[in-house]
Amino acid sequence: MAKPKLHTLKEGNRYFLLGNHAIARGALEAGLNLASAYPGTPSSEILDALASSARELGFYAEWSVNEKVALEVAIGASYSGLRCLTAMKHVGVNVALDALATIAYTGVSGALVLVSADDPGAHSSQNEQDNRILAKFTKIFCLEPYDAQSAMDYTIKAFEISEKFSIPVMLRTTTRINHARGDVLVGVLPKSGMKSEFKKNFSRYVCIPANARLLHRELNKKLEEMERYATESTLNNIKLNGSYGIITSGVSRNYVREAIDTLGAEVSLFELGITNPFPKQLVKRFLSKIDRILVVEELEPFLEEQVKALAGDIEVSGKDILPRDGEFNVEIVKNAVAGFLGLEIERVKREDISPVPRPPVLCPGCGHRALYYALKKITEKKIYSGDIGCYTLGALEPLKTMDTCLCMGSSLGIAQGFYHAGVEEDIIALIGDSTFFHAGIPSLLNAVYNRANILLIIMDNRTTAMTGHQPNPGVGVTAIGTKTVAVDLEELVKALKVDFVAKVKPSDLEASIEVIKNAIDLSGVRVIIAEEPCALMGRKLGLWRTPPKVTREKCEGYLCRGCRACLKIGCPAVSWERGKAKMIPELCTGCDLCIIVCPVEAIGRDEND
Amino acid sequence: MIKNILIAGVGGQGILFISNILGKAAIVQNLSVRASETHGMAQRGGSVVSHIRIGSARAPLIPHGEVDYLVALEPVEALRYLSYISKKCRALVSTFRIVPSAAQSGIGIYPPLEDILENLMRYAEVFPVDAYSLAKRAGNPLTGNTVMLGALSTMEDFPLRQDVLKEILLSQVSPETADINLRAFELGRIAVKK
Repeated sequence: MAKPKLHTLKEGNRYFLLGNHAIARGALEAGLNLASAYPGTPSSEILDALASSARELGFYAEWSVNEKVALEVAIGASYSGLRCLTAMKHVGVNVALDALATIAYTGVSGALVLVSADDPGAHSSQNEQDNRILAKFTKIFCLEPYDAQSAMDYTIKAFEISEKFSIPVMLRTTTRINHARGDVLVGVLPKSGMKSEFKKNFSRYVCIPANARLLHRELNKKLEEMERYATESTLNNIKLNGSYGIITSGVSRNYVREAIDTLGAEVSLFELGITNPFPKQLVKRFLSKIDRILVVEELEPFLEEQVKALAGDIEVSGKDILPRDGEFNVEIVKNAVAGFLGLEIERVKREDISPVPRPPVLCPGCGHRALYYALKKITEKKIYSGDIGCYTLGALEPLKTMDTCLCMGSSLGIAQGFYHAGVEEDIIALIGDSTFFHAGIPSLLNAVYNRANILLIIMDNRTTAMTGHQPNPGVGVTAIGTKTVAVDLEELVKALKVDFVAKVKPSDLEASIEVIKNAIDLSGVRVIIAEEPCALMGRKLGLWRTPPKVTREKCEGYLCRGCRACLKIGCPAVSWERGKAKMIPELCTGCDLCIIVCPVEAIGRDEND
Repeated sequence: MIKNILIAGVGGQGILFISNILGKAAIVQNLSVRASETHGMAQRGGSVVSHIRIGSARAPLIPHGEVDYLVALEPVEALRYLSYISKKCRALVSTFRIVPSAAQSGIGIYPPLEDILENLMRYAEVFPVDAYSLAKRAGNPLTGNTVMLGALSTMEDFPLRQDVLKEILLSQVSPETADINLRAFELGRIAVKK
């Protein structure tokens, strides 16, 4: 769908906004000067949207090469007095953590809002970490919006708090905030103007040990003020109604409200908008009116443990009756609340059948499919150390060409570990172009330096596809669409002194297989750049062709011994009907991989096609 | 009042397109609305679902057993959400099958269409729609989603007005495809009219 121009929304009107767009609009209303991000689900739409307003409103927006750099860019600008926002998915904060762990020491001069998009349920992530813990660990504020409107309002508030305390604020969101929509009443856009000035301050901005010790002491003092603010803030609400109390934050607030409404329950409610620093005095006040407490929060018992530390004799429930993994919904919370209050609820037994699964697959025409197919054709014993991106889908049936996948850039390091461990198989690391720029370069350098014997295939589809086609340093375009330098991968890896480099086009299957075979036989650090533009971009570029034809007489099934070779490439555009292959014209891009794999030449195209 | 609409289908069928129109229509009619979508990984030809809640709902996800209108752009995707449908649910099902590769390669079985519809009829009032043929007739086989939107707009007690939906539909498509989409909407509307 078209990217929204959030600056064109009219103040005082209500819009059906995506949570991420509400955050972006909030940043605009707070007078944003600089935005930086690395794409990652469920955070990507924030910078996508900001970038499409940047030119008109005159602020700076960039897709950074990774989250650490994104945060550091925002830190530099906030040291210069600007209002900055940086956005990333939860695991991206791990990448940025080195900078984040010390930024509270120096503080900022303008404002710095870090949007952490957590993913309970791991809809599109490798883990379910709870980044509220990182906000506490790094001694910064943590604000947790609970719907689209609060996502906008809290973003504005986050800028205000950051500026007031000269400290970064984490806006901690979850998938059901980022990718939920709601009606949002938008406010006024300020007259923008960037006035930057970096006031040098040795004892504050230069974190050598002598300064760090003092800064840490000051920070701990500041934390007390921050906690007082959290205690007095209207973002933390108490509603007393009886001696049973529920404490909750984030998206769970909605599940609790809906559970209470449908149960018609009388219960006191403490909804936290600021979850770090933990407002101890306010919690104590609440506890003094309450006999029993239930803490409702997804993932870690972050609030629960802190409540328990203050609760004394009061009984505190939480993770003993609610799950510590996955996301919540109304039923899970309703059952827990009913159990906590001792209410009987009607348990309707519902039939839940699991029809044939439909996991995501590589798109029709995807160049990764051809590359995986080529790898499968080369039958020697191999270990595939994989990475994160669209190509991770090659880990699933029927391609199944990935043996490890851990985190961004890990394919290379893990492959080196396999080699130094002395495993017998050939070791092949698979990484995408954006992931290589993000975290692969230092690891490739390490492989060269420490003389590993591995083959790296950079699966270059000329974009960051999985998250919505954001440009990266190889593309030659910036976030706002300005032309820039396009980094040549071949030149880059040559400069890192790899032993061998070659370029292939996976759709040229036979040539690719030759080059890969040859590279496997060599030793040292070998790199193959497999370049094939993302098939979804191919449509815009007019690269799609009419589908090939199946000659039904030739497609006899028995010749391929029912092997259904054309199905084994896992292409959604190839189906099997009444014992024969069939193309789905609405899906086919005309990549013709199925023509190549058919053993009886039953699939083909006319010369004029 | 809460009206819960669940739209299910396959990544690429334009589910977000319909849910966006429904949400915008709710706002035009001054109704509160919340929705939850599938993005990212699940858009690569996988199962995709949109929850839309019109009225006083708080949670972004529809509770099990509370879907009033189920719109399935693909038959087997309707079955996936059987546990969500309410006792008075109306289920609109596009009869055009997209067989997942798991069933192609023998990992799972794609049930016959009649079985799917029969299974649904045990729980909901079912409206099968030949959305694919109707979309083709409208001028573009990819407008099956608009056909289903048109069909949905005729449902009893449906909270969103047809004129509002059409107006927003037109604002969301390019001028060249406006006529095709309007035709698709009308064909969907007629298809389920009793």
